[in-house]
Amino acid sequence: MFEITKKEILAPGIKLFNVSAPEIAAKAQPGQFIILRMDEKGERIPLTIADVDRQQGLLTLIFQEVGRSTMEMGELNQGDHFLDMVGPLGKPSEIAKLGRVICIGGGVGVAPVYPITRAMKQAGNEVISIIGARSGDMLILEKEMEKVSDSLYVVTDDGSAGMKGFVTTKLQEILAAGRRPDLVVAIGPLVMMQAVSELTKPYRIKTVVSLNSIMVDGTGMCGACRVPVGGKTKFACVDGPEFDGHQVDWAIAAMRARMFIDEEKTAMERYHHAGGECQCQKKAR
Amino acid sequence: MPKKGKITADRQTMPLQDAKIRSRNFNEVSLGYTEEQALLEASRCLTCKKPLCMDGCPVDVDIPGFIKFVQAENRDFQKAIDKVKEKNNLPAICGRVCPQESQCEKYCVLGKKSQPVAIGRLERFVADWEMAHGDSQSNPVKPSGRKVAVVGSGPSGLTVAADLAVLGHEVTIMEALHIPGGVLVYGIPEFRLPKSIVQREIDNIKKLGVTVRTNMVVGKINTIDELLGKDYDAVFIGTGAGLPYFMDIPGENFNGVYSANEFLTRNNLMKGYLFPDYLTPIKIGDKVAVIGAGNVAMDGARTALRLGAKECYIIYRRSENEMPARAEEIEHAIEEGVQLHLLTSPVEIIGDENGRVKALICQKYELGEPDASGRRSPIAIPGSEYEMEMDTVVMALGQGPNPMVSQTTPDLQTNKWGNIIADEATGQTSKPGVFAGGDIVTGAATVIKAMGAGKKAAKAIHEYLSCL
Repeated sequence: MFEITKKEILAPGIKLFNVSAPEIAAKAQPGQFIILRMDEKGERIPLTIADVDRQQGLLTLIFQEVGRSTMEMGELNQGDHFLDMVGPLGKPSEIAKLGRVICIGGGVGVAPVYPITRAMKQAGNEVISIIGARSGDMLILEKEMEKVSDSLYVVTDDGSAGMKGFVTTKLQEILAAGRRPDLVVAIGPLVMMQAVSELTKPYRIKTVVSLNSIMVDGTGMCGACRVPVGGKTKFACVDGPEFDGHQVDWAIAAMRARMFIDEEKTAMERYHHAGGECQCQKKAR
Repeated sequence: MPKKGKITADRQTMPLQDAKIRSRNFNEVSLGYTEEQALLEASRCLTCKKPLCMDGCPVDVDIPGFIKFVQAENRDFQKAIDKVKEKNNLPAICGRVCPQESQCEKYCVLGKKSQPVAIGRLERFVADWEMAHGDSQSNPVKPSGRKVAVVGSGPSGLTVAADLAVLGHEVTIMEALHIPGGVLVYGIPEFRLPKSIVQREIDNIKKLGVTVRTNMVVGKINTIDELLGKDYDAVFIGTGAGLPYFMDIPGENFNGVYSANEFLTRNNLMKGYLFPDYLTPIKIGDKVAVIGAGNVAMDGARTALRLGAKECYIIYRRSENEMPARAEEIEHAIEEGVQLHLLTSPVEIIGDENGRVKALICQKYELGEPDASGRRSPIAIPGSEYEMEMDTVVMALGQGPNPMVSQTTPDLQTNKWGNIIADEATGQTSKPGVFAGGDIVTGAATVIKAMGAGKKAAKAIHEYLSCL
């Protein structure tokens, strides 16, 4: 059993858990993920590791409530336990001193980009970070990102914090100003990662993205997370989750993310019917 | 009492759930012999002095020895199961899923003139009898002071663990998934092998003193070198055939195309058939095609029917004679309504505007000269392509070795397909103290073959530990 030692609400519908998992914490590296199961009937939910405290044996997990399982997870509190947690899974990020690195996080994607940003900074790179959200209240980890970046830019869709626009608006500005990076790391919604990749492609700037595909086992056994990368079928769980954004077949990645869209609705309806949401909102307050 | 050499009973048929009913539920298809049937069937066994049947058993079960205890004059089912368990730690499982027709029963002397003794069904009977009546006892053994890590809790790993525990070694099984059992849990469906039975067999192995740790992906949370360096004197790798093959045809990424591994794992391990009570979804449409004709393909097709498919096809590029599945599985599938499209193979999957599978383009085949496998090779007939409307496609083309352990163990030799190279008689790999067996060595095979490899490896590991 894996105990939740801390719960924090970072933004509406975005929550942070510290979870006691000493063996995983001892091995986890930036870019890797875990799969957890809440209880006997639960799904196996993959989540990128946002931070690690090796001494305390803790993992930081940050997630957005987007469906039935994540909403139920949001109802858990400090002292509650996850039934199962397995990891660290996936390949770690390639961290090296490259020169200038731009780290981009969109929405809850700021969480997985944070440990990479920090590692890139520690490796001696000049790190420029861009974090974006729908609106100012949805922005997460601004202070943490500021600490590990040489410069941090904030953008919001509605302009309620930082610059109005998308992360690509800011990235375009930086590129236009001639501050060419040696690497771009972009994690967020598929459309955002695709837009960043399309923007950097003509500049031939290596761009790494992290795919949050539908998974079951997370060990390369089922192939649910497959996506064509450079014309070859890759499994996000074992070959990724990070891939070259210029090689990813974004149309297929987006299509496959919709595989269970009807079932997600069914599960949510039952959840609402059972009054799950009310309870969750009560606790959130 | 029947006189030896004179057979008075016919081979007892296995009572089954009615095909129409069972094709819509996940309960076990075969109901098991009644005591009366078991006695009658056992009475057919000649208890040969030189039993040929044992030549066909990969784990050397004393077959006439156990059947003798099922015969009316002895009628001691506890002794029967004890006899089986001298060699086989998973009798309730083997009695259900072993391909007896190509193993023990193939060699039964009765088979020459009539039908062989139903050895597998008797094995199942005594194992189930024990589950219902007895309780498996384990005698305390003197600890050897040696520790062994077993990677993977499928048939080979469980066998190694049990055999070594009985010899006094301290065994820890590391399983990547959240439930132990490997393919017995994620792969073989409930209707063929109830999960409560797998659980019970694993509980019995735990009673021997074996520790089972789930959620441990060796190769990630630790490496073979770390296991050997820190806590363990030897390691057995039984990680199975956990890498799905696809066909590399256009349209394979459309929603509605599953690997058999994904389809079966969603259903069996995650209990997708109970969605939305259980939260892992599994989605099928009215028309389901399963590509391939092995046991996994039959499991996939029969699962699809139970999930509500109106039409379900097995699509296979060779003919019925070459189908690798057990005859019984094919028979059961057909009874339940699975349709065979033989000498046929898909060349393309067509999707709709939402990216969902809509149709399958298939091509007809004919059989040519025998190929390397000895089977007549399928040859595509040009211009024979035709379209079948389809909602779901399950690729059951076989599985390769999962590379997670070998990738993180540089001095572990593998062959060109990625299988770990291990001595057939001992399971010894290129790395001292490291043994391997089951599908990770041989490629996808059967439960009992993996158990046979586990037996041999356990013996070799014991010898290795004794020399340390």
